[in-house]
Amino acid sequence: MALSISLSVNGQPRDVELDDPRVTLLDLLRERLVLAGAKKGCDRGQCGACTVLVDGRRINSCLVLAASLDGAEVTTIEGLADGDTLHPVQAAFIAHDGFQCGYCTPGQIMSAVGLIAEGHAGDDPERIRELMSGNICRCAAYKGITEAVLDAQNTLAGAQSSRRDAA
Amino acid sequence: MNRFDYIQPTSVAEAIAAVSEPGSVYLGAGTNLLDLMKIGVSRPQRVVDITRLPGLDRIDWLPGGGVRIGALVRNSDLAYDEHFAKTFPAVAEALLSGASAQLRNAATVGGNLMQRTRCAYFQDLASACNRRAPGSGCDALGGENRLHAVLGWSGHCIATHPSDFCVPLVALDAVVEVEGPHGTREIALDSLHALPGSTPEQESTLAAGELITALRLPAEAASFADNARYLKLRERTSYAFAVVSAAAALEMEGDTIRTARIALGGVAAKPWRAREAEASLAGTKPTAEAFAGAAELALAEARPSGANAFKIELARRIVARALNFALAGTPQEMPALPASPFSTNPGAYHVA
Repeated sequence: MALSISLSVNGQPRDVELDDPRVTLLDLLRERLVLAGAKKGCDRGQCGACTVLVDGRRINSCLVLAASLDGAEVTTIEGLADGDTLHPVQAAFIAHDGFQCGYCTPGQIMSAVGLIAEGHAGDDPERIRELMSGNICRCAAYKGITEAVLDAQNTLAGAQSSRRDAA
Repeated sequence: MNRFDYIQPTSVAEAIAAVSEPGSVYLGAGTNLLDLMKIGVSRPQRVVDITRLPGLDRIDWLPGGGVRIGALVRNSDLAYDEHFAKTFPAVAEALLSGASAQLRNAATVGGNLMQRTRCAYFQDLASACNRRAPGSGCDALGGENRLHAVLGWSGHCIATHPSDFCVPLVALDAVVEVEGPHGTREIALDSLHALPGSTPEQESTLAAGELITALRLPAEAASFADNARYLKLRERTSYAFAVVSAAAALEMEGDTIRTARIALGGVAAKPWRAREAEASLAGTKPTAEAFAGAAELALAEARPSGANAFKIELARRIVARALNFALAGTPQEMPALPASPFSTNPGAYHVA
């Protein structure tokens, strides 16, 4: 059975014809839309490497059927940077060595973007670690990751308040 | 994953009609079902996606103080709803101690109730499992079973129900609203999940085709708001199922307990309400002896189903400790590590 869905991926409208309802959002992104940033780690929602934003919320893209997402707005790691200018979370991961091999990094960064938007961590490293626990880093770069999230959160908050000051 | 037909009904009636076809299942967020389909434990012929059903994603406050939560409300939306978290803090704490932020953003209230056991033998198609394949046996008995049930199990199945959310809910007399081919009805959450007996494949008391549409907490459940906690022991700090957990809620009258509510998680095939333990505390002073006595009663019928005798003593201690946490008072803000005994900001201590 063919299923047609329309969704926005990184701001671009995409019409997709699915020949099979078994396609997950992760497989749709990687294999059909050639956006291989989101990684297939465990494919069971346990590692977080496939984390993307759907309608602004971070989820595991391996555990959702693409067919169920008609009309959704999807943001992947490919949609974060503004041209050559990195998103503040991407820049902070580099500044703080928030990775080693890099495989989990797109998921970590998308999860961090989601966490900052949710706004429940404050500047408490323990809350950040807890709310990032759905992203496993096999190289154990957790210290750098936590520092990067804290730093990026401050940068984004600063950018917001300077926009307010300018207004 | 096997091939299946996918349909997305737009009304509850349409969904119920669609699922009447043999081999059909309801699909919520899919955080459990899709996983089980990938590993072949669930092989539906038809998947009825209920996520677009209208009106099931609302939190409605009822006259008198209770709340009605639509079955499609996402776990994180409920846990971070300020009014809900203030009124039913142990429920919010349990939600935030479960899974990961990503999964909580997706997972629904109804799906949490209907999630399947995480018993490794249930998930492994090469193993005998009466729950997955009735009559095949139970490889968990005599297998790796240190995390299995110590209450309500049978020789046919020793699996546990993995939900955190359900534990304070059952303590607070939550009710499930159900719609099915023969109309609507209500089921006390305590009666929703079935103990295995000789039919472990019958995991719930829902009839064929019935759909959970909402969950209700009665107004009385709000009277525990000042002294309610969920405590969950895990094998790592975060993002793990409970080895043992407990919800404890006290309604105090001066320095005397008027009413107590206690339920345990990770010990049985259902969230385990400890009514005799609750009764033992009513009208008493909240002493260490009283809490130890209640914990003793809560586990009175417990027996190991394998290499898990340690869970019985652990559960007693978690019950007593959860009661102590509840007595110390609901934290002003959610602890950094919700429900964890290891939080550096345990929340309760600063007001103790």
